[in-house]
Amino acid sequence: MSGRDAMLNRIRRSLGVAGNDAGRRAIVIARLEGTPKGVIPARGQLPRAERVELFRRMAEKVSASVADVPSADDLPQAVADFLRAHNLPAKVRMGADPFLAALPWSKTQIEVAHGASDGGDAVGVSHAVGGAAETGTLVLTSGADNPTTLNFLPETHIVAIGADDIAGDYETVFASLRARYGKGILPRTVNLITGPSRSADIEQTLLLGAHGPRRLHIVIVG
Amino acid sequence: MEITSPAFKENAKRALRDPHLQQALSHVRHNFIDKRQKAVDGLAEFDALRDSATGIKNHTLAHLDLYLEAYEQKVTASGGHVHFAETAEEARDLILKICRDAGAKTVTKGKSMVAEEIGLNDHLEANGIEPVETDLGEYIIQIRHEPPSHIIAPAVHLTKDQVEQDFRRVHTNLPIDRDLTEPSALLGEARTILRRRFLAADVGITGANFLIAETGTSVIVTNEGNGDLTQILPRVHIVLAAIEKITPTLEDVSQILRVLARSATGQELSVYTTFSTGPRRPGDPDGPEQYHVVILDNGRSAMLGSQFQDMLRCIRCGACMNHCPVYHAIGGHAYGAVYPGPMGAVLTPQLVGIDKAGHLPNASTFCGRCESVCPMHIPLPNMMRHWREREYEKHLSPATVRYGIGFWAFFAKRPRLYQFATRWAMRALANRGFGRGRFKSLPLAGGWTKFRDFPAPEGKTFQQMWAERKKAA
Repeated sequence: MSGRDAMLNRIRRSLGVAGNDAGRRAIVIARLEGTPKGVIPARGQLPRAERVELFRRMAEKVSASVADVPSADDLPQAVADFLRAHNLPAKVRMGADPFLAALPWSKTQIEVAHGASDGGDAVGVSHAVGGAAETGTLVLTSGADNPTTLNFLPETHIVAIGADDIAGDYETVFASLRARYGKGILPRTVNLITGPSRSADIEQTLLLGAHGPRRLHIVIVG
Repeated sequence: MEITSPAFKENAKRALRDPHLQQALSHVRHNFIDKRQKAVDGLAEFDALRDSATGIKNHTLAHLDLYLEAYEQKVTASGGHVHFAETAEEARDLILKICRDAGAKTVTKGKSMVAEEIGLNDHLEANGIEPVETDLGEYIIQIRHEPPSHIIAPAVHLTKDQVEQDFRRVHTNLPIDRDLTEPSALLGEARTILRRRFLAADVGITGANFLIAETGTSVIVTNEGNGDLTQILPRVHIVLAAIEKITPTLEDVSQILRVLARSATGQELSVYTTFSTGPRRPGDPDGPEQYHVVILDNGRSAMLGSQFQDMLRCIRCGACMNHCPVYHAIGGHAYGAVYPGPMGAVLTPQLVGIDKAGHLPNASTFCGRCESVCPMHIPLPNMMRHWREREYEKHLSPATVRYGIGFWAFFAKRPRLYQFATRWAMRALANRGFGRGRFKSLPLAGGWTKFRDFPAPEGKTFQQMWAERKKAA
């Protein structure tokens, strides 16, 4: 017997159940298909403007900085301003995200490199597929559009998010991922990011910038 | 790690006399408790979420075989591999084989308590593969050759000065006169050193907080970002997790996430909650080429259907030890096992046997704080009581305890004699302690009075007072 079957048999013996019990299977399939929701905190269930405001407040509470621009075309200038204000070089790396690619970066001084990071970049720019206002959380997905290495290797991570993509809760974001990728399917990596990297492993003193970015700057578009 | 639970009493005495440890533990007593309380107070639905999360785990455990099958099918469909390990030894060998097949020389590791449970680092090292712990706390204890003393804050038993000494001892190629007085300087030094290790590693090993049946996904929850660099940079990603991490859906994970960080560190959500599904996809510019999941049993399936099943709801938040007066006094190492504190006192006897771990379920005053803060409503004191009973049944309790209980039982089985004897004893003790209300020393109670006074009885037994109240009413 394989290790797999032996493990399943041990579990069934302990539970006193049979693997071919149609009733049990139906219960499991119903949950996996129906994906029932549990308790959703009321705090995120707000009209659009207040929801975006909650997202901003929660993100700032965990030491992210947040800016907003009225339209996507203003994003490159907002990034340039942020880099200058923090004495960072006007050089960023991003993936092939069509939303970011369509922006007028050439109107700024910013030099844009493309593709995954090898650790040599000071600033990464990504486009979040969604956000959850309840905790100020960004949701990013892997792929050529937004390589996952950009979320972790550069010291500064700048993330653009459409105001319309900010949901009240995690469940709404997961429902939109399901609509985009199909039921039961996720991209290789989905990152929920809530503030910049930190550690409190030395005497419980909270320090920013452990292994991931020291700075997380969020630009809300629209 | 070497299990020293049989020497718990000596360990505890040593811990109480260790000034560094006592200084470090003073941070635990307040920080964790205050932060958790603030986070709990900040979310009106916290208790409803606890109930919801508890229900999800109960449902999952009752159908664990079927969810495991569904999970495996999804991982395979996304191009990953699932391996099943009955014992710690099997898990170690499976991981070693994957590393060898990948031609691995160095392996980066995200924080994993299951890796500690199976003694993975020693096994890899003995076979010529260098494991590099990358969580700051885990890195510190690795260079000290120590086990973790806490399940979410592995170096919580150390002071900043001790860490500085270790860094100076190990990082010998850095200037001797560098300033390491601030914790931020220590963090910066570890970041620089570990960044090189991340980029050079052949295999990355992480644990998992959840394995999602709906999507075949492993989830890790971290604050530093080390777990992510561990799993996206090397060619091979190995996930090591135990069977109880299976969770049905993304919605179910969302419920548990809302109680996990709040109970652990008092954060609303940890910084990085990362969902990983299979290896890199066609067109992906980064991510591992291979994705393996090693699922460990190691005695857990035997807990299903037993009086210890509820323990499998544990999500390893650490709230029970953060609130435990015994843990506060002696820290995690004194328990002499991988999992310390109340959850460890229940789990360790299952993993290493009650004959070795018998002291642990006895190292509790049953004050109940662990159960009251447990986000999964695990009845920890009750389960410690079950272990005490088993210890007694197996005749493993010390002779003094057995004779003591036998002595008490002799009277308890003879109510008239019991009442007479206790009345007499209470009156005698009350007379002798009169005026002070306490004893500085008592015959046969030196173990107690050596460290604190023994309160003197008021003069009447409970049964006497009960009878008087009844008469008055």
